[in-house]
Amino acid sequence: MADALFWIGGGLIVAGAMLSVLGAAGVLRFPDVYTRIHAASLTDTGGATLMLLGMGLLGPFGLITLKLLLVWAFIMLTSPAAANALANAAFGSGHRPRIGNFQIMGEDKATDAAPESAGKERA
Amino acid sequence: MAYAFGLLMALAVFWLVLSGETSPFFLGLAAVAVLATLWLCARLRLIDREGSPYHRAPQLLVYLAWLIVQIVKANVAVVSRVFGPRHAIDPAMTEVSTTAQSRLGRALFANSITLTPGTVTVDVEGHKLKVHALVRESASAESFAPMDRRAARAADRKPRGRRNGER
Repeated sequence: MADALFWIGGGLIVAGAMLSVLGAAGVLRFPDVYTRIHAASLTDTGGATLMLLGMGLLGPFGLITLKLLLVWAFIMLTSPAAANALANAAFGSGHRPRIGNFQIMGEDKATDAAPESAGKERA
Repeated sequence: MAYAFGLLMALAVFWLVLSGETSPFFLGLAAVAVLATLWLCARLRLIDREGSPYHRAPQLLVYLAWLIVQIVKANVAVVSRVFGPRHAIDPAMTEVSTTAQSRLGRALFANSITLTPGTVTVDVEGHKLKVHALVRESASAESFAPMDRRAARAADRKPRGRRNGER
C-alpha cells in the first residue's frame, strides 16, 4: 500500500515537473508577451497542482497534507493576479498582441503571417 | 461582527495548521498574532461581506470543482500547442461581457479566465472583460458563457434578493 502510494506520488511529481518544463518550452517558443503568459500558466496551474498532489501522497497524511492544500490554494489565488497584472501592464504600455494564425517554429515567426490576418481581429 | 468572527476563526485555524503547536505558551502567542491581524484588518476596513464570502462557500466549492476540470482540459490543449511544430497558434483578443452582478462574481470570472491556460484577462471595465486567447476558437462568446453562468451563480445571490457589491 505504502509502496503504491510512493510510486503514484513520485509519478505525479515527475509529471508535474514535465509539465513545468513544457511550460518553459512554450515560453521560449511563443512569439509575444501574451502568448507566453499562456505557456507560463501551465507551470503554475497544472505543474504546481500535480507536484503538490504528489507531495501529499508521499508525505504523512495529516498536518502536512493541510499545509500543501493551503499552498495550493494560495497559488490558485495569487497566480491569476500576477498573470493579470502582467498582461494589463503590457497592454497598458501599448504592447499590442500579435493576432492571427502563424507557425510557432520557423525563422521569421510571425512577420509574414501576422499582417494579412491582422484585420480579422474581433472588435 | 459576524465577518470579524469568521475571520477570527479562519486565522485561528490557519495558525494551527501552519504551526501544529498546542502548548499554552504558543497558543498565547497565537492569540496575540490573531488579534493583532484582526485589528489591522479592521483598521484597513477589510472586514466586510466581500472579504469573507463564507455565505457562498458551498456554491464556490462546487464551482471550484468544475473549474479544476476546465483547467485540466485547458492544460492539455495548451500543451498540444506547445508541442508539435505542426500546430500553429492563432492568438486573438476579444471582449467578453459578464452577467455577474457582484464584484466578487466579476473578479471570480476574470480570475477563472486567467487561471485557465490559453486565456488571460487583460482588462476589466464594468461588465466588459478584455481577454487574450491563444487560439481563436477558445475566444468565442459561447466558449465563455458556461464559465460566466457558473461564476455568477456561485458568487451572486439569488436575483430576487438585494444585490451586493457596487451598483
